[in-house]
Amino acid sequence: MTSFTSPAPVAPRPAPVDEPVEQGNSLWHDAWLRLRKNKLATFGLASLAVIAFACLLGPLLSPYGYEAQNLDLGASAPSGAHWLGTDTLGRDLLVRLLFGGRISLAVGLAATFVALTIGVVYGAVAGFFGGKLDALMMRSVDIMYSMPFPIFVILLMVLFGRNIILLFVAIGAVEWLTMARIVRSQVMSIKKMEFIEAARSLGLGRRRIIFRHILPNMLGPIIVYTTLTIPGVMLLEAFLSFLGLGVQPPMSSWGVLIKDGAEKMEEFPWLLVFPGTVFSLTLFSLNFLGDGLRDALDVRSSKD
Amino acid sequence: MLRFITSRFLQSLLALFLVITATFFMVRFVPGGPFTAEKAVTPEILRNLEAHYGLDKPLGHQYLDYLGSLARGDLGPSFKYPNRTVNEIIFDKVPVSAELGSISLAVALVLGIGLGTLAAIRRNTWVDYIASSFGMIGISIPTFVVGPLLVLALAIHLGWFNASGWYGPADRVLPALVLGIAYAAPISRLTRGGLLEVLNQDFIRTARAKGASEFRVVTRHALRGGLLPVVSFLGPAVAGILTGSFVIETIFQIPGIGREFVNSAFNRDYTLVLGTVILYAVLIMALNLAVDIAQAWMNPKVRLES
Repeated sequence: MTSFTSPAPVAPRPAPVDEPVEQGNSLWHDAWLRLRKNKLATFGLASLAVIAFACLLGPLLSPYGYEAQNLDLGASAPSGAHWLGTDTLGRDLLVRLLFGGRISLAVGLAATFVALTIGVVYGAVAGFFGGKLDALMMRSVDIMYSMPFPIFVILLMVLFGRNIILLFVAIGAVEWLTMARIVRSQVMSIKKMEFIEAARSLGLGRRRIIFRHILPNMLGPIIVYTTLTIPGVMLLEAFLSFLGLGVQPPMSSWGVLIKDGAEKMEEFPWLLVFPGTVFSLTLFSLNFLGDGLRDALDVRSSKD
Repeated sequence: MLRFITSRFLQSLLALFLVITATFFMVRFVPGGPFTAEKAVTPEILRNLEAHYGLDKPLGHQYLDYLGSLARGDLGPSFKYPNRTVNEIIFDKVPVSAELGSISLAVALVLGIGLGTLAAIRRNTWVDYIASSFGMIGISIPTFVVGPLLVLALAIHLGWFNASGWYGPADRVLPALVLGIAYAAPISRLTRGGLLEVLNQDFIRTARAKGASEFRVVTRHALRGGLLPVVSFLGPAVAGILTGSFVIETIFQIPGIGREFVNSAFNRDYTLVLGTVILYAVLIMALNLAVDIAQAWMNPKVRLES
């Protein structure tokens, strides 16, 4: 799947003559400029960057360990020593919040990657080959759409132990369906274009046509939908953790912290307020960024 | 149209069969049976218990037995609650969840369509900005954050409501509000988007040219097409309201089927798990089917596409 990250040619490029550099990836450059103009999307991008950096680097700078208890202190309100206060075991909430963020973000990215991979390959195959295979594959997607998947995820987590790898797979397996539909319809329309015809007449193999010529041309919708999948995935993880079915102690995620906070909110409201705020802010930023990207890349969504 | 309905119906039946089969075998293949937790059980008693519930038969046999009794509408005895059948438990708990779900859905529809319509007809004014921010905020703040926060503010600090429980009418307010707002948010965004697209079309100009009042233009002409995205969202939304009730019923300690499902999965109460999954599956599929039909009825293009 390296073709996702390589800078994508947007249309078949002419033979590389001495061209001025500015012509390069003008579409992506334009999109970037449009995104920068969108204040909410820029805000989302900036706050995501801050949150991600804080989660990665913050714990290294903190004098407190993530597990370090201070039973004499117990739950204390935010103070100079503990900026966001401590929990009932005297553990620093800020450090726990940042560590939990690592897990939540990692689950979000990893499960989205699972969904992305399955969805793109499935949709590309169905769309490219078409005919009976396509009908069979998309009918299966229709059937899976109508299944109560969150219930299956809950069942899986309850029955097969609360394993974090299983969590990635279970969530990813739920979220790929929409991606498959989007990719399929994109492939169907791109494969009729002339440059694909040209590639075919040059004798290129199917794999090469799919991965080098079709996929790069639908990076826009894929990026947009991926950005919008991440918050959904993180929400599902937190939902499961809130029910006690997701990430298990001693590991923590934002869902776990919110669950703990909700249990103790009557006496120690900060234990709920801070994790709840940071988690919501992250989802908020991701949704704004996704919306902004949709406008910037001019993706017309059929589903939403 | 009839062909469309028949094929979608058969498809739902197939999906339902797959759900039942997958759940049945998934539940059986996990380590630990329903009676492993009870320490005092001797091997003999265990054998008797298993014989009583038919767990000593080969798996394939159990599966066929289950399908057979299911066809008669019998979901079997509960493994954890002695002397109670799954049917009884479901009939006991479902009305509670159904009540919560229908109030929440009403909140979601009224609030969502109302705000979305306001935002669309007052596009790019402060009304639109407020309604649209509500949509974004509602999407981004999960129910399990909003719920406890509202309880903290309105129940614990102000004392307006009980923090949990399901007795008087006042106990319905907070849970239904939390669940309703979560779905009002996407509905308001879909309504706004759908209406904006429709309001630019020629037939709306025609209606205006005929001298129809703005109110009439919006309610009689624009909303019909503008609500199409909302209708297709309703299937997943109702499913979400149903599953969302797991969290809400846990937060507010409501004795509904959602909490029962989570507990039964923890208890490995096979038959109760299967029964609730089947119940949810039937509901969700029936709703999706209804949505598909409604959509085809509202827009012939959808019908011809498939």
